[in-house]
Amino acid sequence: MPRKTILETDPGADVTARAGTVYLRGAWTTQHLGGLIDKIGTDKIGALIADEPRNGDPRHVEAGGLTALDTAGAWILYGLLRGLEARGSEARIDGLEDGHRALLDLIRDRAPEPAVPPSPSDPGALGHLGRMTMVHLDEAHAMTGFIGEVAIALFKHLKRPARLRTRALERAGVGAIPIVALLSFLLGIVIAYQGGLQLQNYGANIFIAELVSLTMLREFGPMMTAIIVAGRTGSAYTAEIGTMKVTEEIDALTSIGIPPLDLLVLPKLFGLLIALPLLTLVADVAGVIGGMAMAAAMLDVGFQDFADRLPQPLVYRSFLIGIAKAPVFAMIVAIVGCFQGFRVSGSADSVGRKTTVSVVQSIFLVIIADAGFSILFSFIGI
Amino acid sequence: MTSTPVIELRGVRTDYGPVCIHDGLDLTVRRGETLALVGGSGSGKTTLLREMNLLMRPSAGNVAVFGVDVLSAAEDALTPLRRRIGVMFQHGALFSALTVKQNVAVPLQEHTDLPARLIDELALLKIALAGLAPGAASLYPRELSGGMSKRAAVARALALDPEILFLDEPTAGLDPVSAEAFDALIVQLKRSLDLTVVLVTHDLDTLWRVTDRVAFLAGKRVAACAPIAELPRHPHPEIQAYFTGPRGRAATTAGWTHT
Repeated sequence: MPRKTILETDPGADVTARAGTVYLRGAWTTQHLGGLIDKIGTDKIGALIADEPRNGDPRHVEAGGLTALDTAGAWILYGLLRGLEARGSEARIDGLEDGHRALLDLIRDRAPEPAVPPSPSDPGALGHLGRMTMVHLDEAHAMTGFIGEVAIALFKHLKRPARLRTRALERAGVGAIPIVALLSFLLGIVIAYQGGLQLQNYGANIFIAELVSLTMLREFGPMMTAIIVAGRTGSAYTAEIGTMKVTEEIDALTSIGIPPLDLLVLPKLFGLLIALPLLTLVADVAGVIGGMAMAAAMLDVGFQDFADRLPQPLVYRSFLIGIAKAPVFAMIVAIVGCFQGFRVSGSADSVGRKTTVSVVQSIFLVIIADAGFSILFSFIGI
Repeated sequence: MTSTPVIELRGVRTDYGPVCIHDGLDLTVRRGETLALVGGSGSGKTTLLREMNLLMRPSAGNVAVFGVDVLSAAEDALTPLRRRIGVMFQHGALFSALTVKQNVAVPLQEHTDLPARLIDELALLKIALAGLAPGAASLYPRELSGGMSKRAAVARALALDPEILFLDEPTAGLDPVSAEAFDALIVQLKRSLDLTVVLVTHDLDTLWRVTDRVAFLAGKRVAACAPIAELPRHPHPEIQAYFTGPRGRAATTAGWTHT
């Protein structure tokens, strides 16, 4: 029976060649092979033999000094024997324990062919560009299809409205209020501070009210909210649907006869369509309050003076434009989040990747849509 | 056959909150044997396996693995023990982001200083030893069939040439042909790599083909621990029910004709 318990103090594996014989010594085991590898290299096991050209090629291997052998050691030994055979020696091995010999025979029997892994050929920069283009076109194609499917599901649903599921609304809306309010408040402070520095130079301190309210209500309120919700809720949608896909729950829904889109996508879409405009309102209020606080502290514009300047048609219009963008952003975040969830395939690691893609893609599309709105509004003159 | 114990459990007690799973359980695993843990659902087979392979500590009692008292040992002291243990989990538990070859290479990269190329060769060797075709090495776990996953998991468990191999339900979910081939693989690996094997199984055919002894868990302890051929004659009512039901009888008859 070969001895299996190998002590840390066992002598490391070693090999020497002398007078036509290769001597093996020490423990040839995974933990003790380090020194041996340093000496002979991973593949040039024959280098050792070439060190002693005067003695000629060794005729056989003497394994009497071998104290232990595991598969890693046996693999090296097998390589050594093959090296000897390649040099025309008969590669006889003496003094090997029965257990060790059985192991060596097993390795010899099962040894994988020295595999040349088929390395994928480098497609070059142009090929890479083409491949990525195809990947993105494919994704755009699939997303268009998904939007169509959601639209059909939505249409069917409106014809036969089922019970409203409010859980999605609570999770997407109520839970996000603190972070949306806090970040918008801070953003209001930053805008007031940076704008105030310039206005002070012209003695136009009082216009800080217009500066803060117009930028917050029209642009930053809706966009900040959409970005926060994309990171907070859109990613959760992807992870939830993706995990359900991995665990075959989506298939289970389908086979029970519940269309997954109805159960998983529509409530989320409705939820965000309601939640995002409301959250945008929260962001607007918090941002303006932040601007007020900074105006009072830095520019000597009191709360009352600030507030007096808000009820004008220009501010009112900005507020409406900002709120009008929110449902569009909501659709982008909900659809991208759900779409990427359905794109998850196979394994847990795919869920993580698709969640990242989902957040990046929805923020990207939100900003593109916002730019589109700016162009549209300047075109129609509002 | 030597009979040095590699794992010894004495008076083990395991509680899951208010529920007691084991109470005063004794079991010895001898070097070089194949020991199966069997028993009804909820009898604590997998829990016992997890206590033996150092994933869990029992609430009380004595567990000695390679002579080291696991209950009092610091977590650091367990790492060298874990290197001498290979575990195949029920569903493979292969890392899904890595290919089969990379999965097998993980323990080697973590615990040895061997050069990358040798690790590569050794990983391919373990994959071949586990009976997988070389082509499987570059596949991801999701691309494997059930039987291939189990073989890949065995290849990873064997990466560091462990002395004890733990198998959790090795043939569950396999078709009869694959299950039989897997039994043969266990027997062959055990013999040629001089392993001690501890397995949990419900597969009566596996019990007959690969085990030296079978530990039957009932009533929070090991009700009987004996070669499989002796168990059907054991008087304990649960053991009787287990082995003399229609399935048990069929396997027993087959077992008699085999041996």
